[in-house]
Amino acid sequence: MMANVVYEKYKSDGSFLGNLLEWVDARFPATSLWRAHLSEYYAPKNFNFWYYFGSLALLVLVIQIVTGIFLAMNYKPDASLNAYGVPVAFASVSYIMNDVSFGWLIRYMHSTGASAFFIVVYMHMFRGMLYGSYRKPRELIWIFGIMIFLCLMAEAFMGYLLPWGQMSYWGAQVIVNLFSAIPLIGDPLSVWVRGDFVIGDSTLNRFFALHIVAVPMVLIGLVVAHLLALHEIGSNNPDGVEIKKLKDGKGVPLDGIPFHPYYTVKDIVGVAVFLMIFFGVVCFAPEGGGFFLEYNNFFQADSMKTPPHIAPVWYFTPFYSMLRAMVWDFFWLDAKFWGVVAMGGGVVILGLLPWLDRAPVKSIRYRGSIFKTLLVIFVISFLILGFLGTKGPEYTFFGVSWLPGTVIAQIFTVYYFLFFLTMPWWSRIDACKPEPERLTWK
Amino acid sequence: MSNQEKMSCERRRLIAATAAVGGVGALAAAVPFVSSMLPSERAKAAGAAVEADISKLEVGQMMTVEWRGKPVWILRRSPEMLESLAKVEGELSDPASERKQQPEYCKNATRSLKPEIMVAVGICTHLGCSPSSKFKQGAQEGMSADWKGGFLCPCHGSTFDLAGRVFKNKPAPDNLEVPPHRYLSDTRILIGEDTQGA
Repeated sequence: MMANVVYEKYKSDGSFLGNLLEWVDARFPATSLWRAHLSEYYAPKNFNFWYYFGSLALLVLVIQIVTGIFLAMNYKPDASLNAYGVPVAFASVSYIMNDVSFGWLIRYMHSTGASAFFIVVYMHMFRGMLYGSYRKPRELIWIFGIMIFLCLMAEAFMGYLLPWGQMSYWGAQVIVNLFSAIPLIGDPLSVWVRGDFVIGDSTLNRFFALHIVAVPMVLIGLVVAHLLALHEIGSNNPDGVEIKKLKDGKGVPLDGIPFHPYYTVKDIVGVAVFLMIFFGVVCFAPEGGGFFLEYNNFFQADSMKTPPHIAPVWYFTPFYSMLRAMVWDFFWLDAKFWGVVAMGGGVVILGLLPWLDRAPVKSIRYRGSIFKTLLVIFVISFLILGFLGTKGPEYTFFGVSWLPGTVIAQIFTVYYFLFFLTMPWWSRIDACKPEPERLTWK
Repeated sequence: MSNQEKMSCERRRLIAATAAVGGVGALAAAVPFVSSMLPSERAKAAGAAVEADISKLEVGQMMTVEWRGKPVWILRRSPEMLESLAKVEGELSDPASERKQQPEYCKNATRSLKPEIMVAVGICTHLGCSPSSKFKQGAQEGMSADWKGGFLCPCHGSTFDLAGRVFKNKPAPDNLEVPPHRYLSDTRILIGEDTQGA
């Protein structure tokens, strides 16, 4: 067990820095933290491309925090109109873009960072599904991860209100009204969340406070918990076999290599490539083709008029499609409530994966054709749900009336849930290959 | 812990009692914070009635006024528009306005005080978007060929007829809300206040 290892205190070589480190180490677990989490944290030696996204998620978190701090220096969460009839919040974003030195860069880094965060996190989660990283004994790592994902969704949603554009306003209107679908307490709850009977200045102010203080603190705490749980158990790997089963005389896993320097150096390559793409988008396509920053949000919020086409930002669209897919009343509850259940359930059901998956092996490399086929369809349905979420409710595929978007969304929503709910059955009967004793690598 | 002596029952009870009192204190401490997020006194007071002048409203035309931060529509329905109300009744979720989405005096075939004037809060009962007007009959962008005129919510596709009644099998559960209102004269409507309230 990692936590039980007692590291020797640092002994100075007599140099000034050596003396300083010895002094610190006698008072603070500097050396033992460094060793436990980096230089003597042994990770499997066969990490591949998919293993970049964890460290990249951490990088994007840092980008968001740093750019967010500097944006908060010039942003004003105020829905009242200024002398020109423009809401102060909307005007302060224009001010950051036009008048603050490098304001455009900091804001575009923050807005692109939001989308980058979800790209990286979706890849990171998909990696977990490919290699069974959520399986025993890593259930809590996965649960913390799902909680991080929920926090990110809250961050993204509340942050999107702040520019106080048309999409900000009507997006918040729709999502806050989701709460009102909950029986009995729904209406008072949504009033409480808004702090008013409509989305207004008090909503903007509280979302700002939650976006820049409360949720980031929870998020950082969860990231720490995610990493502590990971370092307690050790990473999974593309083969899905435990490296701790086979150790050398010193207790070092035979197939493990120290995270530092091996994976720190590998991750730096990932960071370099990521930053090239990231700044390419920031500098040349900050609107991301209307997916990262939506066209309608360049108009100030107007509580009298919903834009003719309203859609959430791309990273919410798969779940938004599930919300829209529910149009039937079940039992005594109306469709609106079931839409909310589908949307929330779509996220929460991911958290049950460790208990739904009953396959004898973890990694896709040794799993059978049932899993591979169903996973491919799962990815396709997630992407199509995402695509449909960006379209209006009247959308039809190829403009032909017998392929209505709503019905297609309903089919794929059903598939999405069936994939998980029937997993305990098909994951058990799938013909898996035997796992190797040790890692395979070239 | 295991090699220590077993805790006496009295001590265990005292610890439980202390923890319970502490828990109540923590809950009590949450009350002011949670309450501070409710609408403030100022927000609660901002609900005054607004007056609308409909003298310039042409037949088939709709105007929007702001009441409590929400759009309120006033539509002067043409005879054809009024005829459409009866035709769509079979396709509606609540054709007779049984559910309490309107004051008693508007619980009628046209959901209004005067048949030709519709007054309704232009907020979809699904998730609060403001539906767009689709007054033209027949096929058009997003509407089917048998469309009789009404409203389409751009967010989730709920449709309403020209009395704000919701069509069946749409995400919106209820008809549009009709706000309390009364006529001050033939051309002036007071929204947010009716005779019963005043």
